[in-house]
Amino acid sequence: MSTRPMIDVAGLTKSYGSNAVLRGVDLAVAQGEIFALLGPNGAGKTTTVNVLTTLVTPDGGTARIAGVDVAAHPHRVRRLISLTGQYASVDAFQTGRENLQMMSRLAHLGARAARLRTDDLLEQFELTDAANRRAGTYSGGMRRRLDLAISLIAQPPVVFLDEPTTGLDPRSRSQMWDVVRALAANGTTILLTTQYLEEADQLADRVAVLDGGTVIATGTADDLKARVTGGRVEIVFTSPAEAHEAVAAGLGTPAVESDGLGIAIPTDDPARAISAALAEASARRLTVADIAIVRPSLDDVFFALTGHPASAAAAASGTDDIITKDEVAA
Amino acid sequence: MTTYSPALGAAGSSRPAAPAPAPVPTPAPIPPAIAVGRAFGDIGAMVARELRRTIRSVDGLVTAFAIPVAIMLVFVVVFGGAIQSDGGYIDYVVPGVLILCLGFGSASTAVGVAQDMTSGTIDRFKTLPMFGPAVLFGHVIASVLRNLASCVPVVGIALLLGYRPAADALGWVAAVGFAALVIVAFTWLACAAGLFLSVDAAASISFVFLFLPYVSSGFVPVDTMPEWLRGFAENQPFTPIIESLRALLSGQPVGASLWEALAWLVGVLVVSYLAATLAYRRRTLS
Repeated sequence: MSTRPMIDVAGLTKSYGSNAVLRGVDLAVAQGEIFALLGPNGAGKTTTVNVLTTLVTPDGGTARIAGVDVAAHPHRVRRLISLTGQYASVDAFQTGRENLQMMSRLAHLGARAARLRTDDLLEQFELTDAANRRAGTYSGGMRRRLDLAISLIAQPPVVFLDEPTTGLDPRSRSQMWDVVRALAANGTTILLTTQYLEEADQLADRVAVLDGGTVIATGTADDLKARVTGGRVEIVFTSPAEAHEAVAAGLGTPAVESDGLGIAIPTDDPARAISAALAEASARRLTVADIAIVRPSLDDVFFALTGHPASAAAAASGTDDIITKDEVAA
Repeated sequence: MTTYSPALGAAGSSRPAAPAPAPVPTPAPIPPAIAVGRAFGDIGAMVARELRRTIRSVDGLVTAFAIPVAIMLVFVVVFGGAIQSDGGYIDYVVPGVLILCLGFGSASTAVGVAQDMTSGTIDRFKTLPMFGPAVLFGHVIASVLRNLASCVPVVGIALLLGYRPAADALGWVAAVGFAALVIVAFTWLACAAGLFLSVDAAASISFVFLFLPYVSSGFVPVDTMPEWLRGFAENQPFTPIIESLRALLSGQPVGASLWEALAWLVGVLVVSYLAATLAYRRRTLS
């Protein structure tokens, strides 16, 4: 059996005027694999997806889906793929069921097949109760689920998800992850883009890090994390004197932005670091007020791989903190 | 061998080992006969979508039905007596009101297209194996149906108020056909505008269609206007378009104005169609 990659990209380039968005992107994704394109805003993630989904014609290089050239045979490629964009592109004025039925017609399913598929997807995505409500009344998470359900109507072998969980609450995010895992378990090939290292880590079999329009690293999330420093545990004490004593005892270094109350302990194993620190603090009768696990962020990955931080836009957005830092009450 | 159910919502971060997936066959070309049938099906789905959008939005219903009737009533009941006290003004003004309303109603398509563009819906459609411009055809066909329907209450109420068009059956058929051409040309223009403009800017093109007809022979004869305005009024497209509809509805010979109107409409249609379909192919959200 051939092991031809489902998504095969070589030397892809695309410029808008003098702005080179893609400067030679190479990717190979196997069937059934979940592959994440990780990078800050402007790295070329969405443009790569737009080329692979026939929305944008590349200037150079080749891109093949299941062996079919994207630029030469866009109509054939469209029968192999689906795209779920950054914005839930469902019609607010149609109900969930109507949205699915319309897309079933456009996917050229017969009337009976369309009805069965619609009911099936509504149930799978836990939208049966809301099926006859207009999508405009749905929550953000429900709208994303409907959007993804719509893109799966024709059971495409390759699914593109452009920032599938941006703006979702943690519960909706983990629901979305479960859906993606179940798809891949059925043999669907998935390429997703994300700004979140955590998402790539949780979900992807392999990750490509994009910066300035090229792939600067490819590997499993563990491969990448092995090259990254920046994971740490922060222990917050009730007084600066205690923090000072902990630092003096070699527990860690003073943490920034902690008003002198916190110390930082670099580690790849937060659980072990926390228990060691708590034992030491207890032995010294230091009172711990708070503990935080700070996971390596996209910025840390970028810094490790490129020596420069991720773009200002991504660094300033502050959204990374929400999922990379798990606060633990002591 | 164990079986597993890939049920969604299953807990756990590790995936069960996937069975060897079936290889994905390369899609074969679709025979032309089937492709044509599918294209009509795609357009049908898009027309249904647009009609649903109109019927379900208060804005859409007001724009389509209440505003045309209100404009007609303003001219016939409020201004009519002052403009021509014998009540004959209604026969003069109804064609102008109809064209104004058709233009205004067609222009509202720009908003729908701009919304589809900014919501990513058009990107989604473009990645489907469907007939490319079906979305735009859907907008245009739905616009024809919506605007012709919006003429029904306008003409009905005008008849109650004393409008007496002299057209025979053939004249009515020609008038409806002409109105449909007006809607098709203006709606393709609106589609092109909607693909290039933001939602807000797209909404503002309605005002062009709302005001341009006033500076034509639609509401008062051009020779009552100041000299400097007359040149514009006589040569802008709304004058021959309204004159043609008025002649068709009143059973008069259409004369040169019909050819002038057709030249304008076909010109607008061809340029707008090419611009819209090209922009549709080129433009993406990002």
